Amino acid sequence: MKQKDKLRIGCGAGFSGDRLEPAVILAEKGDLDYLVLECLAERTIALAQKRKAADPAQGYDPLLERRIELLLPLLKKNKIRLITNMGAANPVAAADKIIEIAKRQGISIKVAAVTGDDVLEHISGDEIAMETGNPISRSGQIVSANAYLGADAILPALETGADIIITGRVADPSLFVAPLVHEFGWSLDDTNIIAKGTVIGHLMECAGQITGGYFADPIKKPIENMSALGHPFADVYRDGGATISKVDGTGGCITLATAKEQLLYEVTSPHQYMTPDVSADFTTVYLKQDEKDCIKVTGGNGNKKPSMLKVSIGYKAGFTGEGEITYAGANALKRAQLAGEIIQQRLNSQFPALRIDYIGHTSVHHTSLANNYKPYEVRLRVACKAATADEAAIIGEEVEALYTNGPAGGGGVRKYINEVMGIVSILIDRNKTKSSVIVKSYEH
Amino acid sequence: MSIKLYDIAHSRAGDKGNTLILSLIPYEEKDYELLCNLVTADKVKEHFKEIIHGEIVRYELPNISALQFVCQQALAGGVTTSLVMDTHGKTLSYALLEMEIEK
Repeated sequence: MKQKDKLRIGCGAGFSGDRLEPAVILAEKGDLDYLVLECLAERTIALAQKRKAADPAQGYDPLLERRIELLLPLLKKNKIRLITNMGAANPVAAADKIIEIAKRQGISIKVAAVTGDDVLEHISGDEIAMETGNPISRSGQIVSANAYLGADAILPALETGADIIITGRVADPSLFVAPLVHEFGWSLDDTNIIAKGTVIGHLMECAGQITGGYFADPIKKPIENMSALGHPFADVYRDGGATISKVDGTGGCITLATAKEQLLYEVTSPHQYMTPDVSADFTTVYLKQDEKDCIKVTGGNGNKKPSMLKVSIGYKAGFTGEGEITYAGANALKRAQLAGEIIQQRLNSQFPALRIDYIGHTSVHHTSLANNYKPYEVRLRVACKAATADEAAIIGEEVEALYTNGPAGGGGVRKYINEVMGIVSILIDRNKTKSSVIVKSYEH
Repeated sequence: MSIKLYDIAHSRAGDKGNTLILSLIPYEEKDYELLCNLVTADKVKEHFKEIIHGEIVRYELPNISALQFVCQQALAGGVTTSLVMDTHGKTLSYALLEMEIEK
């Protein structure tokens, strides 16, 4: 029978490129039962799929090896189970890589890979994209199709007793809901308790976003010791109540304000926050500052989980070419604007959809809000889409040619060419997905 | 007295495809009602008329004294294929806080 009344889950990474050491500190000093690393954004998996196509042993998170090398001895020593979506497009290859690291370090380990999110073989191309209303094949050549799996797909992996559970695409909060269901024996059909777990998962999943990191503003919201920002852990109780805190001595803070910002982050429908596990009502969640750097989370009602699962479709969307050049001093903006006009005139017939930005002035917001602010320096940025890399290169070449052809004082040219992976979404019947678990182990 | 939202509230931006999500959270919970009264969906639509081209829905969360604005057609086509510098629209939280209100 399940014994625990309290479970402590840490979140040591909130995206693929997140810092390495906050997870190490959590594993070392956090007194954790579980560590979660959330490393898979919408587009990351399409890029990973491309790596897998080039090499069948690749396609997992590029930082997997470095993260696991650092964490494995600590996980073992402190008996912490790791749950992560670093499997990306290839959870089985990721499991193999973890076994390889364990051998190297002489540590016995059992790894469970969760598969079944990859539904590319079921995709015909005629499915209608939610974003465009058109068949997905019209967006471009399809390279990946990954369904958001839920806690029900992770549970069998936990039941194998594996030390590390590695998945591909699963809903982020499900990484937290699964261990709660597993340890507390919650029913997946108990919508209120699953909603509470989902709220906790949502608060935790972006790691440093709830510990004062992305929250910080030196004037209005100053945060201490940000260069050593700590990541959060949650103490979750059998009734679904929780406190969220962090390791003593780490930087950052957890306050009502940091928790509120994170609770609302990316929530399009606060009454119906939809995951594969539940539809959670965030308007019934209550937050209370318990003590310094400790927030109590209560409430959170749920409704029935959706019958359809969201599928992210990755497609080839051509290339972008970019070029940048900086102007400074008197009339810097005027000279940058002249440069922009010159480029526009020269490229207009070949690239009618040219994007021209004035970095330092209005590059991120093309609005009159900028009129109140005057810059000392301005960086012209020119960008455009192109069908081929060769065509995309023309943008940077044209910007570079401003060196000698003017206007005066332009410097610091940079040129970029990038291949673009687009994403659209469809819904599929959840019964069409079938997840399974593949266990790999090493005995030292 | 005219003040900026920045003076009394904070905000975080999030994205889903071409949809922008902006929270608006007063530092002092007593200011929640003021924000409810003054920062309407229409006012936000006017403030962002050069950026947000679709509908804006405002959600009230009295449980945490916060507002949430869900803005359609706001991210120049969406994160993955847009040419804009800030494809996620993350910096737009601070554009919202530029809004002036009469206190």
